[in-house]
Amino acid sequence: MATVVDSSNPKSNFPIQYRELNYLNCSKGWKSWFFTLDHKRIGIMYLIGVTCSFFLGGIFAVLLRTELLSPSKVLMGPDAYNQMFTLHGAIMTFLVIIPGVPAAIGNIILPVMLGAKDVAFPRMNLGSFYLWMFGAAFFLAAIVLGGLDTGWTFYTPYSITTSTAVITALLGVFILGFSSIFTGLNFIVTIHTMRPPGMTWFKMPLFLWALYATALIQILATPVLGITGLLLVVERAFHIGIFDPTLGGDPVLFQHFFWFYSHPAVYVMILPAMGVISEVIAVHSRKHIFGYRFIAYSSIAIAVFGFLVWGHHMFVSGQSRMVAVIFSAITFSVSIPSAIKVFNWLTTMYKGSIRFTTAMCYGLAFIFIFSIGGLTGLFLATLATDVHLHDTYFVVAHFHYVMMGSSLVGLFAAIHHWWPKISGKMFNEFWGRIACLGVFLGFNLTFFPQFILGTRGMPRRYYTYLPEFQGLHIMSTMGAYLLGLSSALMAGVLIYSVYRGKKAPANPWGGASLEWQCSSPPPHNNFDHPPLAGDPYVMESVVYNEEVGGFVPVECQGDNKESVTASGDKEV
Amino acid sequence: MKLFIPNLLANGEAGFWFPSQGSTVAESVDSVYFFILYVCTFFFVLIVGLMVLFMIKYRHRPGVEAEKTVTHNLTLELSWSVIPTLLTIVMFWIGFTSYLDMRTPPASSYEIDVVAKKWSWAFKYPNGWIESELHIPKGEDVTLTMASDDVIHSLWIPAFRTKMDVVPGRYTQEWFNATKAGTYPLMCAEYCGQKHSEMVTNVVVHETRGDFDKWLQVASDIHKNKTPVEAGEYFYKSRGCIQCHSLDGVPKNGPSFKELFGKERKFTDGTSTIADANYIRQSILEPQSKIVDGFRPIMPTFKGQLTDQDISAIIAFIKSQK
Ligand code: HEM
Ligand SMILES: [Cu+2]
Repeated sequence: MATVVDSSNPKSNFPIQYRELNYLNCSKGWKSWFFTLDHKRIGIMYLIGVTCSFFLGGIFAVLLRTELLSPSKVLMGPDAYNQMFTLHGAIMTFLVIIPGVPAAIGNIILPVMLGAKDVAFPRMNLGSFYLWMFGAAFFLAAIVLGGLDTGWTFYTPYSITTSTAVITALLGVFILGFSSIFTGLNFIVTIHTMRPPGMTWFKMPLFLWALYATALIQILATPVLGITGLLLVVERAFHIGIFDPTLGGDPVLFQHFFWFYSHPAVYVMILPAMGVISEVIAVHSRKHIFGYRFIAYSSIAIAVFGFLVWGHHMFVSGQSRMVAVIFSAITFSVSIPSAIKVFNWLTTMYKGSIRFTTAMCYGLAFIFIFSIGGLTGLFLATLATDVHLHDTYFVVAHFHYVMMGSSLVGLFAAIHHWWPKISGKMFNEFWGRIACLGVFLGFNLTFFPQFILGTRGMPRRYYTYLPEFQGLHIMSTMGAYLLGLSSALMAGVLIYSVYRGKKAPANPWGGASLEWQCSSPPPHNNFDHPPLAGDPYVMESVVYNEEVGGFVPVECQGDNKESVTASGDKEV
Repeated sequence: MKLFIPNLLANGEAGFWFPSQGSTVAESVDSVYFFILYVCTFFFVLIVGLMVLFMIKYRHRPGVEAEKTVTHNLTLELSWSVIPTLLTIVMFWIGFTSYLDMRTPPASSYEIDVVAKKWSWAFKYPNGWIESELHIPKGEDVTLTMASDDVIHSLWIPAFRTKMDVVPGRYTQEWFNATKAGTYPLMCAEYCGQKHSEMVTNVVVHETRGDFDKWLQVASDIHKNKTPVEAGEYFYKSRGCIQCHSLDGVPKNGPSFKELFGKERKFTDGTSTIADANYIRQSILEPQSKIVDGFRPIMPTFKGQLTDQDISAIIAFIKSQK
């Protein structure tokens, strides 16, 4: 492969900038990373951790799908299969999606977007990263110490009776919960206290609104998960009779506790991704976001409603009809703010100047996939249809459309959108887009057939199945292979760019929010002078500059302000 | 291609989305489903259509900048908040009314008790007969009263569009009225461990109540269908002997049946006898008359509950426990 050369800009060499100090090269050695208090480095470490977890969970997924090529044994027996889907689900949920956008991308971008030097509590930030590592280590320990076969939902009484390493895994979840709470707390305080002069709440980029709403959920809901996990540990260890029916406990109580956290957690997974998409669509269409306030309020609305709908996971658990009806009604309320956002994004594209960068391609894929994910949620919110669809492949398809198709594609969009800022390098757009196309096609081929499997009668968490389902399972597995290869290609493109990529300008896409005002990668303290915040979506405030190979503020155009001289090229 | 297409499309007489409708509620569930599907398809086409249109029309062209448009329009935004809200209210409503039918067992219906355990189903008919397949008559309301022996299971019959969890420690109910004779799969939908995916059996819908009754009569005529040892095993399990008598030699509340037949038994009153057919018969009908040394007199009598033929079968079963 030839190195990336942007033919539109022959002067893509910036010798002066190579010698500039930035957060990546300002100090060296492993200690300077492991004890860093720089939010960007902490974010990078999260990103690496999340990526490794994603590939581990992904390998499990590919093995699971391979097993399902045939109703009889292909690779493994039922015990191994049950452990594998449990670990796949638990790793993807707790180690990939929940920390993905907020902890990894949020950590890197949030302070820069605020024009701040760092988060409010840098030490706590490092602490929450180590808690995450520690929690992840418990998960890995659980794999070694007998595995885990409860499903990531840990339903009682099965989780009380199984002989696998439930306690180890639950301790892992407990620790990860603290990490999540600390990150949320940090973000809330940072957003409250460190906004720069001029940035009122309604001048704040929508990504920050999304992170703020997410953080609220994290600190309010996660303690419930922690306590539920501890109760289950206590129940397993001392047989107290909380959830165990043989001791007078109530197994459905566990489901209430569990979903009281886990339903809002679903919004921890999707809200930040929605925030990313608001940025990506606006910047790459070069348009002011449409309906700013509606999008901002809808994030908060989703966070609030998200707490009221957990009972929709239990329509067939034997809960009273009255309760089921109430939960069904409230559940629909969550769909409205999501619909609002989708229409706002579309209107933002109207009369824009849309550039099909890789980030934008992921943004468009997000709209497509999230629409399917969100709309299929309506079938599950409706009582009569949920009774048939609950615990089937329809649900598997639905949550993959939301969790993987939307949250993860949102994460991919974020990575590509901010990659020049994070790494200081441009990646190869051509191969980036090929990977994006592969992810999109592979994803839909994997999960769309599962809707049909579900309605036709295929329950989830099944190691073997009736022969008539084989055709659809084979399609799904082929999609998974394509998806796996495309994700690997994406990782390859990004890693390659670190070594061979072209130097990135401060503002390659033409964004107007503050993170595009500092150099790429940002210096250790982000900004030399505190930037002045204006409307983050006035794209006309920056224009393309040939010599820089990126966008510069309008007022700098033509005269020798910093961002232009950064190119090392003084002529006008 | 040959591999996919026939499998994909050939699903018996079933449609693309669902297996064929087998119960009275299936029709209303499917119509709710299709209503939502049409609404969703409309919005999906609208969203993706607009997206593709904008992608083409407003793609970046050199020298052409984005046009400045309004950044906010209250009427537009209220309308795309209010219209979806109204539609979801309709969805909620039709889903809710159809759900009420599904969850209200009719007052007089044929009742079958279900016990779920890892990893099988036991259906107990009113005459006491227990079978691992569910048999029901067509056109009659049937109510299942379900209990679990161990973890949570969930009884799902896709053709009937009904599902209900079976939760240990409480009873749950599920009812349906089958509309078509035939055999349909019945499965466990709540993850329950190693053989979760093998917890699959059949529902057999008989054309008339007469057919069903005949089936039940023949099936429960155990001595005709089974060898004496098999029949004895059935009574051992279904009449509760299993709770106190093990087969592995370890005494529970009562002595184990392992190697019992033909052995000498010592009793609390000091007497003893050889465990033969007469002794076993007496133990079943008058359990308090001879108490084996080391046990308490807690066994109930089965007088009037087991016929002579039943007892002979049990004796044959105990005899076979070597
Ligand atoms: C290549 C991509 C992926 C494939 C092929 C895949 C495939 C699967 C399969 C086959 C199952 C088992 C379904 C069952 O029998 O119930 C499963 C479950 C699950 N997956 Fe994925 N998956 C992928 C990516 C993801 C991602 C990115 C996430 C999360 C962000 C995720 C979250 C889950 C969860 C939560 C479960 C449920 C586990 C459980 O039932 O306990 N998956 N996936
Ligand atoms: Cu089961």
